[in-house]
Amino acid sequence: MENTNEMTLIFDSRPVNEGLARVAAASFFTQLNPTLEEVADVKTAVSEAVTNCIIHGYEGKVHKIRMDLRLRGRELFVDITDHGTGIADVKKAMEPLYTTKPEKDRSGMGFTFMEAFMDEVTVESKVGEGTSVHMKKTILR
Amino acid sequence: MSDYFELDGTCLTVRLPAEVDHPVSDLIRKESDRIMSDTYIRTMVFDFRQTCFMDSSGIGLLMGRYRALGMRQGCIRAVEVSGHIDRLLHLSGVHRYIEIDKIQEEGKIAWKTPMK
Repeated sequence: MENTNEMTLIFDSRPVNEGLARVAAASFFTQLNPTLEEVADVKTAVSEAVTNCIIHGYEGKVHKIRMDLRLRGRELFVDITDHGTGIADVKKAMEPLYTTKPEKDRSGMGFTFMEAFMDEVTVESKVGEGTSVHMKKTILR
Repeated sequence: MSDYFELDGTCLTVRLPAEVDHPVSDLIRKESDRIMSDTYIRTMVFDFRQTCFMDSSGIGLLMGRYRALGMRQGCIRAVEVSGHIDRLLHLSGVHRYIEIDKIQEEGKIAWKTPMK
């Protein structure tokens, strides 16, 4: 039988829950005995994706964010989904330093950090329906 | 909140907390805007001594303050920076605009090295 484990967390799009989401993700994959650096990588990537849902997806309004975590062997899969505004041009949104909210001191580095710290990042989005970020990282031994 | 801030002449030091994320960055930005509207600030020092987590919100905070201080060379300093934070500063390119003092890592202190 395949060695898998799954969890789903659904929470309000409040900034205070960014900490909850990254700590939950970090706790979930400690069973793979990751290095401190791998834990920091995943926490940062999760924080970026959840912050995006709050600031851009729901634009400060409170709705639900869903985080699915799955382990398969030594692979960690993280899916973070909102049902907010969606992204018209995903390619542009993923460019380093591109931000639609410079006045709020957003750096435009969110997707760049996700891509730097995870092995794979894909984004599905539809304007008016929402955005789903899928990330994968293999935890080395 | 004012626990994070220390004003010495025209230099404002921010002692950052353990986690520098979106809510923390927003608070520090608003509070430093308030201080800067009262007092002339020439340089800002961000002390990362207690910080073990940061995301791109922290990068936005540093770049925003760099702009607020007129984008002058040396107007922003990051001190006591750990390996993880240093990685984020380099990855984002912020290291080109601010001065970075890295933390002295254990076992790398020069006067401890002679082992003969």
